[in-house]
Amino acid sequence: MARLNAENTELAKELIGHYPRSKSALIPLLHLAQEQDGFVSDEAMVHIAELVGVTPAEVLGTCSFYEMFKREPVGRYLVNICHGIACALMGAEDLISHAEDTLGVKAGSTTADGAITIERAECQAACTEAPCLQVNYRYRYRVTDDDFDALVTQLRAGALDGEIPPHGTLARPAFRQHIPDDRRNGPALVEGGGEPVWIKRHREMKEGEAAEAQGTAS
Amino acid sequence: MSDTSPDRIPQIVTGRLAAHDDAHTIARYEATGGYAGLRAALELAPDDVTAQVKEASLLGRGGAGFPAGVKWGFCPPGVWPRYLVVNGDESEPGTYKDRILMERDPHQLIEGILIACYAIGCAQAFLYCRGEMALAHERLGAALNEAYAAGYIGKNILGTDYSIDVVLHWGAGAYIVGEETALIESLEGNRGMPRLKPPFFPAAKGLYLQPTVVNNVETLSNLPWIMTNGAEAFHALGAETSRGTRLFAVSGHVENPGVHEVEFGTTTFRDLIYGHCGGIREGRDLKAFVPGGASSPWFFEEHLDLPLETKAVGNAGSMLGSGAIVVMDSETDVVKASRTLVRFFAVESCGKCTPCREGTTWMERILDRIIAGQGRASDVDLLLDVCDNISPELTWPPKQTTICPLGPSAPPSVASIVRRFPEEFERYLGTSFEVTVPMKGAAYVPKPDTAAAGASGSSGESPS
Repeated sequence: MARLNAENTELAKELIGHYPRSKSALIPLLHLAQEQDGFVSDEAMVHIAELVGVTPAEVLGTCSFYEMFKREPVGRYLVNICHGIACALMGAEDLISHAEDTLGVKAGSTTADGAITIERAECQAACTEAPCLQVNYRYRYRVTDDDFDALVTQLRAGALDGEIPPHGTLARPAFRQHIPDDRRNGPALVEGGGEPVWIKRHREMKEGEAAEAQGTAS
Repeated sequence: MSDTSPDRIPQIVTGRLAAHDDAHTIARYEATGGYAGLRAALELAPDDVTAQVKEASLLGRGGAGFPAGVKWGFCPPGVWPRYLVVNGDESEPGTYKDRILMERDPHQLIEGILIACYAIGCAQAFLYCRGEMALAHERLGAALNEAYAAGYIGKNILGTDYSIDVVLHWGAGAYIVGEETALIESLEGNRGMPRLKPPFFPAAKGLYLQPTVVNNVETLSNLPWIMTNGAEAFHALGAETSRGTRLFAVSGHVENPGVHEVEFGTTTFRDLIYGHCGGIREGRDLKAFVPGGASSPWFFEEHLDLPLETKAVGNAGSMLGSGAIVVMDSETDVVKASRTLVRFFAVESCGKCTPCREGTTWMERILDRIIAGQGRASDVDLLLDVCDNISPELTWPPKQTTICPLGPSAPPSVASIVRRFPEEFERYLGTSFEVTVPMKGAAYVPKPDTAAAGASGSSGESPS
C-alpha cells in the first residue's frame, strides 16, 4: 500500500532502461507494484508516474484497461476458472458452481479469511486440457470437483507455497530477464537511429559489385 | 506433439519439445542443432535471408495468414530504426499453440527472432508475452539470459557486426492486444486500442511511428528450420498456398483432445478429428465444429474432407485463423455455445468503436433473454440486425463497420446456428420465427437435405 520500495525502484529503473521511450515500461512497472503489494495502490501509481514522466492519470488510464491489474486487495490466491468455449463444452459452468458452493462466495469475490478469490476467466490457452483453471496464473488441467476441493485444502494449508508465489508475482525473481552490461546493445532510440551497420555493409558491398560489373561491361 | 502423423512429415517446430523434457534449456537446444540456423543466416546477406523466407512461402501463423517474407518487405527503404514486435499474446478462444512453443522451446523462438531481425535490419526486438502465462515468462526470461551469456544476443553477435537487444515484455490481460496495432499501443504503455489503418500500417508507421514488423510466435519459430534445411525443403511440404507444417489445437468433444503439428494444406479436418484425435467422444455424432478460432463461421459434417488449406477453407466460407478447432457433439446446446462465444467478444471489446462496443453487448443480452426462456419471436431477427450493423450483410470475408476485426468476429456463430439449427432457437422461443437480414457467407447454409427440399434458402449462398 505504498510507493515502490528501494529495491523495486532500482528494478523499475532497469526496466525503463530497456525501452526507447520510458512510457513503454508502464505495464511492467504496474506488474512490479502488484508483485510488491498484491495489488496496484494509488501511491504506487503516483510513484510510477514520477519514474516514467507521465501523469498519475495516465498511469491509471493504462492500469484500468487491463484485466490482471487489481486496484483493491484480492486473496493471497487468485483462482481464475476458464469459462471459454472449449472449457464450457467440457463442464466449466458446473465447475464454477461447485467452486462457488464450496467456498461460499460468488465468482468475483474473496473468501472471508482472505485466502482465495475466485473469478471467471476468458480463454487461457489450454483448450485441449479443459476444463482448466489458474492459481495466480499457474495452470491446473482437466479439473474435477474433487480436484478443486483438494486444491483448496492444499492452498489453505500453504502446501503449494514453493510452487505458487503469492498473487502479483508472475515470473519468480530467479527467472527475470536481466541484460548484462557487457552484452547490452542498448535501446534503439527513434532520434538519431541510423542504418544498422550490417545492413550498411551489405548494401555498400552490393553497390560496389554493381559498380564494378558496370565498369567491366563498359 | 503428434505421434500418429506419417514419418515423412518433419515436426518442424515441435520435434525437439516432443522428444526432450528439457528442450527449454540452452544445453539441450545446442545439442540438438540449435542456433545453426542463425549461423547459416549470418553467412548470407540480409536480403538473401528475406528471399529464402519468401521462397519457402511461410505464411503468418497468427490468424490473418499473410506471407512473412512479403510482410518484411513492406518496411519503407531508408527509414531507421526498424523494430520487430513478437506477438505472443495468444488468447483467441480455442487457440493453444504459441504457449507451448514459448514454454517448451523458447530458444527456437529466440533464434527465429534473431534471424528475422538480421534480415529486416531491426535495431531492437520486443517479445510481447501474454500476461497470464507465468511459466512462459519464466522460461523466456531464463532462455534470454542464457542466450545473452552465450553471445547469441546483444552486442556483436557471434563475433559479427550484427547487434540487437531482445526485450521480454509482459501483457496484462486484454484479448484485443493480439491485434497488431493494439499490441503496439500496449507496448507504448497505453490502453490497448487498435489504430486506424491507414495510415498506421505497422510496416510503415508502427512502434513509436517507426517501421515495425509484427510476427507471431509460431511464424518465427519456423525460421531456424528453414535456414538450416533450406527454403526448398519447407516448400516441398504442404500444398497450394499453404506450405510447411502447422500446429492445430483440437479441443471440445473429441476422445483425445490435443495439439498436433501436421502437414499444412494436405491434411483434412477428418484426419485431425477422427484420426489424430480419435473421433467424437462416446461414439456420438458430430454436430458442428469451429474451424479456426472463435471468430470463424462454423463447419459441419460436409466440410470434414476439406484440406487444412487457406484458400480451400476460405472458399467454403470460413478460415483456418489461429489453428483452433473446437468440436461439438450431437448433445451440444449450440445456442448456449454461441452465447459463450458472443460473451467473450462483449467482454473483450475495447470500446473504441460503437458498433462493436454496443453491438456485442446487445447480442449477449438478447441471447441471455432467449436462453432464459423470455425471448420473443422477433428476437432472432433483432439479433441478426445487430450483427448486420457490425458486419453488413454477414458476408465472408466479413465487411466491417469497425476499426479492427473484433466486432465482426461476434456474428459468425449466430449466423451459423440460425441457418443450420433454426429449430434450436425455436425450442427456446416456443415458436417459429422469420428472418429478414441477409446472411451471405458461404458457410451459412442449412442442412444439405433440407436445402435440396428448397426450404428456407432465401438468403444464403451455396458453398463453393
